[in-house]
Amino acid sequence: MGRNDLARHALCLGRRPTVSSTGELRHTALDALHRALGATMTDFAGWDMPLRYGSERDEHNAVRTKAGLFDLSHMGEITVTGPGAAALLDHALVGNIGGVKPGRARYTMICQADGGILDDLIVYRLAEQEYMVVANASNAQVVLDALVERSVGFDAEVRDDRDAYALLAVQGPESPGILKSLTDADLDGLKYYAGLPGTVAGVPALIARTGYTGEDGFELFVKPEHAVELWQALTKAGEAAGLVPCGLSCRDTLRLEAGMPLYGHELSTSLTPFDAGLGRVVKFEKEGDFVGREALTEAAARAEQNPPRVLVGLVAEGRRVPRAGYPVVTGGEVIGEITSGAPSPTLGKPIAMAYVDPAHAAPGTPGVAVDIRGSHEPYEVVALPFYKRQK
Amino acid sequence: MSNPNELRYSKEHEWLSGAQDGVSTIGITEHAANALGDVVFVQLPEVGDAVSAGETCGELESTKSVSDLYSPVSGEVTEVNEDVVNDPSLVNSAPFEGGWLFKVRVTDEPGDLLSADEYTAFSAG
Repeated sequence: MGRNDLARHALCLGRRPTVSSTGELRHTALDALHRALGATMTDFAGWDMPLRYGSERDEHNAVRTKAGLFDLSHMGEITVTGPGAAALLDHALVGNIGGVKPGRARYTMICQADGGILDDLIVYRLAEQEYMVVANASNAQVVLDALVERSVGFDAEVRDDRDAYALLAVQGPESPGILKSLTDADLDGLKYYAGLPGTVAGVPALIARTGYTGEDGFELFVKPEHAVELWQALTKAGEAAGLVPCGLSCRDTLRLEAGMPLYGHELSTSLTPFDAGLGRVVKFEKEGDFVGREALTEAAARAEQNPPRVLVGLVAEGRRVPRAGYPVVTGGEVIGEITSGAPSPTLGKPIAMAYVDPAHAAPGTPGVAVDIRGSHEPYEVVALPFYKRQK
Repeated sequence: MSNPNELRYSKEHEWLSGAQDGVSTIGITEHAANALGDVVFVQLPEVGDAVSAGETCGELESTKSVSDLYSPVSGEVTEVNEDVVNDPSLVNSAPFEGGWLFKVRVTDEPGDLLSADEYTAFSAG
C-alpha cells in the first residue's frame, strides 16, 4: 500500500468531487443513520455519501437477487411550473418534454449551444403544468443555472428544490413486494418510467418506478424530515425479503452491468448525444427551437457520414480491471479508450465500457486488448448491456 | 479492529512478522483491506526477486481502485502466497492470517516501523 493510496482510492466513481464553496461536505438527512450502520463514507460531488456498508459485492448481489436500499439524496431536484413549463423544457432540453403525459417520466439531456452534453436527466411530469427535473449531483448547479437562464421569456418558474427532497431508492426483484406492504398506491398500475404521489409507511412521497441498477425498483422522493422514518420502515418491511442497505460503490457496478451511461465517464461536454450513441434522445421533430438544435443537426449529419467512435462493452479473459482513461489497443495501435471499468459480480469477470473506432466495434472483433498499466490484456468486444434482467 | 501485538507495521499499511530465522511474512493490515474494499486481483513479486524497503513490488486491485504494494523491508522474496493469488478475497477475510502476501529474507529494514499500538494510533489519525 502506498502512503497516499488510502486517500486516493476512496472513490473512483468518476465525477470529480466538487466541494462546496465553503469547503465543507454536505450531509443528507440520513447521515447519522449511515454512521450508525457503520458505512464507509466518501466525498461525492461535495456530499458525504455512503460508499458501502459492508462488502460492495454482497450489496450488488442483494440488488440482483433480492433488494437493496439506497440514499440518493445528493441528486439535484429542480421544479419547473407554470403555463409555459412544457414550452420552456422543450426549449431548454433536447427531448420532447411537452409530449410526456402527466404521471410519466422521461430520460433526456440538456446540451450546450454547441451540442455538448451538460447533463443527462430524468424529467417527471407531475401535473399538466408541473415538472420535476432530476440532475446528477455533480451537475445540479449547472443544470439549475442553465434552466434559469433559458427560462427568460417563458411563463414558467424554475425552482431549486435540492433541499426540499430526500431520495431513497429500493431496487431489486423483491422491491415491489416490500413497497406493497407499506403503501396503498397502485404499484401494479405504475409502469416503468412513471411516478405517482402517494403515501409510503405514512409518509407522503412521490413514488417513481425508476432506478439506475438494471432491476425493477422504486425511487421515493420525500421531505428530508421524513427520510429516517421511511428508511427504517423500509428496512423493517424488507428484512424477511433480504433487503440490505447499499452504497454508491455497488450502484456503480450495477449501472455498469446494465450498460447505463454515467456523466463524467460516458457523457461529457466534449461529446454530443450522437457521439455517445444516444442520438435517439434528440427530438428534432418537436416544435420550436431548442438550445443546441443547429449544432446537433450538424452532429447528426456528421455521425451519419463519418461514424464516430462507438460505445461498446468489453469482457476480460483475465482478472485485471480496466479503469477509465486506459487505452484500448489492437496490435500496436490505440483504437479507443475505457470510460468505466469494474469487476462484474454478476459475470465474475472484469468488464468495461469503452469508446472504440467503428472498425473494431462489432461484437467478437478479434485481437482487442486493454493496456492495463503497460500490459496488454485480452478483452472480448460485446454488445451492451452486459446484464439484462429476466422479466 | 485490533492489530496483533506480535507484528510490526509500516506507514504504508503493511504488517510484517518478526524474523527469528531472518524471514519475515508480509501482508496488508485490516485497516488497509477495509479501506480498499473487495480485493479482486493481486500481483505479487516472484520468488527470488530482490525487494527494497519503501519501493513498489506489486499491485492490489479492488472493485474501485488499484493500489501499489510496497515492501516494508529490503531482501529477497522466498515465498509468495499462491492461495491469495487464486482467491484475492482472503486479503479482506483474513488479512493477518490466510491473506498474507509474501515472505522476505530480510537484509535491511527501516528504523521507522511501528508497534501495534503506534500503528493503531497512526491509522486512526
